[in-house]
Amino acid sequence: MAKLPIDVVTLVNQFGPTLNRVPATGWNSDVEPDRIVKTHCCFCGQQCGIQLKVKDNRVIGFEPWEDFPFNQGRLCPKGVKRYMQDEHPDRLKSALMRKEGTGFVPVSWEEALDKVAGEVRRIQQTYGNDAFAIIGGASLTNEKAYLMGKFARVAVRTANIDYNGRLCMVSAGVASKKVFGLDRSANPWSDIPKAKAILAAGSNVAECSPITTHYFWQARENGAKIIILDPRMTPIARNADLYIPVRSGGDIGVFNGMLHVMIERGWIDREFLAQHATGWEQVEESVSKYTPEYAAKIAGVPASMIVRAAEIWGPADTSFLLHARGIEHHSKGVQNCMAAMNVVLATGRIGREGCGYAMITGQGNGQGGREHGQKCDQLPGGRDIENPEHREYIAGVWGVPEESIPHKGLTFIPIMEAIHAGKIKGMLSICCNPMVSLPDKSWVWEALEKLEFYSTIDFFLSEAGRYADVVLAGSLMEEDEGTTTNVEGRVIHHRKAVDPPADARVDWKIICDLAARLGAGDKFSYNSPAEIFDELRAASKGGPNDYYGITWERIDRELGVFWPCPSLDHPGTPRLYEGGKFAHPDGKAHMQPVEWRPAAEEPDSEYPIILTTGRVVSQYLSGSQTRRIGALVDQYPQPLCEIHPLLAKKFGIAEGDFVKVESRRGSVIVRANVVKTIRPDTVFVPYHWPLERAANNMTVHNIDPMSNIPEYKICAVRVSKVPQPHDEISELEVEAGGVR
Amino acid sequence: MNGMEFFIDYSRCIGCKACVQACEECDTHRGVSMIHLETIMRADSVQTAPQVCMHCEDPICAQVCPADAIKKTPDGVVQSSLKPRCIGCSNCVLACPFGVPKYSVEINQMMKCDMCYDRTSVGKGPMCATVCPSGALTYTTRENIERTRQGLAIRDWQFGGEAVRTKVNVLVPRSVERIDVGIEQLGITHTNEYDVAALLAGD
Repeated sequence: MAKLPIDVVTLVNQFGPTLNRVPATGWNSDVEPDRIVKTHCCFCGQQCGIQLKVKDNRVIGFEPWEDFPFNQGRLCPKGVKRYMQDEHPDRLKSALMRKEGTGFVPVSWEEALDKVAGEVRRIQQTYGNDAFAIIGGASLTNEKAYLMGKFARVAVRTANIDYNGRLCMVSAGVASKKVFGLDRSANPWSDIPKAKAILAAGSNVAECSPITTHYFWQARENGAKIIILDPRMTPIARNADLYIPVRSGGDIGVFNGMLHVMIERGWIDREFLAQHATGWEQVEESVSKYTPEYAAKIAGVPASMIVRAAEIWGPADTSFLLHARGIEHHSKGVQNCMAAMNVVLATGRIGREGCGYAMITGQGNGQGGREHGQKCDQLPGGRDIENPEHREYIAGVWGVPEESIPHKGLTFIPIMEAIHAGKIKGMLSICCNPMVSLPDKSWVWEALEKLEFYSTIDFFLSEAGRYADVVLAGSLMEEDEGTTTNVEGRVIHHRKAVDPPADARVDWKIICDLAARLGAGDKFSYNSPAEIFDELRAASKGGPNDYYGITWERIDRELGVFWPCPSLDHPGTPRLYEGGKFAHPDGKAHMQPVEWRPAAEEPDSEYPIILTTGRVVSQYLSGSQTRRIGALVDQYPQPLCEIHPLLAKKFGIAEGDFVKVESRRGSVIVRANVVKTIRPDTVFVPYHWPLERAANNMTVHNIDPMSNIPEYKICAVRVSKVPQPHDEISELEVEAGGVR
Repeated sequence: MNGMEFFIDYSRCIGCKACVQACEECDTHRGVSMIHLETIMRADSVQTAPQVCMHCEDPICAQVCPADAIKKTPDGVVQSSLKPRCIGCSNCVLACPFGVPKYSVEINQMMKCDMCYDRTSVGKGPMCATVCPSGALTYTTRENIERTRQGLAIRDWQFGGEAVRTKVNVLVPRSVERIDVGIEQLGITHTNEYDVAALLAGD
């Protein structure tokens, strides 16, 4: 069906989000925990070490884990309050079945799993194998991400599996593979404080990867100059040495302009380029027209800023460039990243101490989740699903005929297009809330309603879960065991703190039980996630993302192991590309000339303002977890529209007024936050909220042709002052999509 | 406290409120956060500043307390008010030059930062400084701060005619020896220093 079984207000009353404010044992200092479990935060790719306090199979609090080297006890507010998602009143505790007019009713696991498997087969027998799609998530452990890829190819036998990492950093991944030959941050974070110049583009470090702030500030104590590119003066930008308020989508202007100046001033390491790179001549030729004045027009900033950036970056002894969604979420996202990489390579400052490059992965397992087969074109170990040798190897590991493995399927947005076109009729998702996270929400909603069958594995009923026919109550990170791979490429161990409550089950068991019903039980007969990891190790062996030498025991002993790690006696690889040896077969970096082009939708006379979207520090992704934690909701209760006073004045908007932000696709009504810290041609709305508060009501579903990432960071809107809305959605609590 | 000291570097603060969220998690704080995270002028800037109790050597809050409810430990930590003694008069709230003590109507008592005494007295760091992701709040040795920071750690203040020495240090540029707060500095001043429109008009 994939339609709401009953109205939204009733569903919110039944399943939340409601706010958890008090620990399971109350604010009570007398309660001694039974155990303290060393594990990691689940909210973002930094994957900070944290200790959870457990009593009577309940998580009752936390204690900083100061010995874990990456964060040394540091946490952001999400990490501090993460334990409040445990013992939560909204927690799903059994399988649920949609019932028209009632909502959802608890059913036995037998009934639920039979129904899902039956619908998979019915749809596939009627419309073909690829008519059933699987959507995974980048907050899953490596074990589960691996399992989802295998489940799709071996049990469901559909080509159409993709994941929500497609909405996250795939532009960086594609660019990295194209230029460096491998998709991973090139350096451990310990190289950041050793850099004398730091450039962060499109990265609201203070709010989206707060722990990285300390690394930046330590670099500055050591004499580094910090350059920040962002349309908003974020907290990290405020104290940067050079803040460049680039127009959204104008980053190529800054990068190519910097290169132009660096060539003129002789700050290019031509010896390095001759030995270790291809394509420099084409890059040099391509930036010849990017004079500071020309580049400044593209970037939307004064030319002097671009010259100054080149003057800081060009002659530095050591340097570190980082970027995130701000340059990746574009229909030219891959181009943006490649232009940034050119700035790194031109100086030869990569692959040594204090010299490097990184993408700041956003989701919990943003790195590992994209390596082991959840992507439509990928097999485990970062292998290529169209490469005959890779297929043969994985077929051997899985014990299936090579020809039985489907070929490349559709990415996430094309899957939604295929649902619209009637080609995909059923979907199973895990760890994904597309009703908040996908762009152009009414288009997504129309797609969901066209599905004949939709099922989701989740621990809370998310906004997308409301559309499911069957909801399978899965597990929180702390209710299962496994590994993730952090922003640096460090593989780490999430320990199990507690069992799933009541009749909820660990995710991997649910997948294996479904596989058995689909006739592939013998390929999914694992007794523990440790066995899945061992198979993942073997499946990745010899591949680009080689985990073979990593064991859970080694991770515990060494506090994480960096891949590639091809053998048990291999130390792991914290820093890639040492000695200028890149991951392409020729050992060289393949530089790509980059030409700027406009966004899919630029502002015009009808919709004259740029909308850009992003995060706030107290919320995580679609908010399905963090909109249920009282302290985090209190910190930033509802989305605000940041607008510069010059623009606000034009429309008669004052601080706190209700405004309608409207694009060709949809709108939100939120309060205005009139601030001088944003470009006057741009407004910002954070995206963690649903329904009439969803920033993705406005965004476009245009994608980058290479990475297929959606263009979240720019679309055209108009803004107007409106009265306070009083419809039933607006009257909901703010965490549910209301407005105050 | 074994040579460990508290340091504040306001220039590092990113306003994330990890400190605020963690403060209430300290066992003895029981869900009440006692650190203040001030948003300076959001319309003009994203600047924020954390404020813990500075633990004055001669605490003004204790001096003005008519009930003798505010005590200092031998190691220099100025405690929150003693429940049996505090009469809720708010003299301390008005007198503190840093604006730290707050009167809680629900319990008719003043509550303030006690540097997580249950933690620091047994060798653990205070919650706020342990979790602070930017290093704006740090609990470490003076030697370690001098080795890793460019700024100078000072603890001498002048509020009009009143000289105050605190246990907590603040990091300031090397040229500064004492922080002078004159009455004329108080009040709201707007700034265009962080106005993006002004930056864009730069050329």
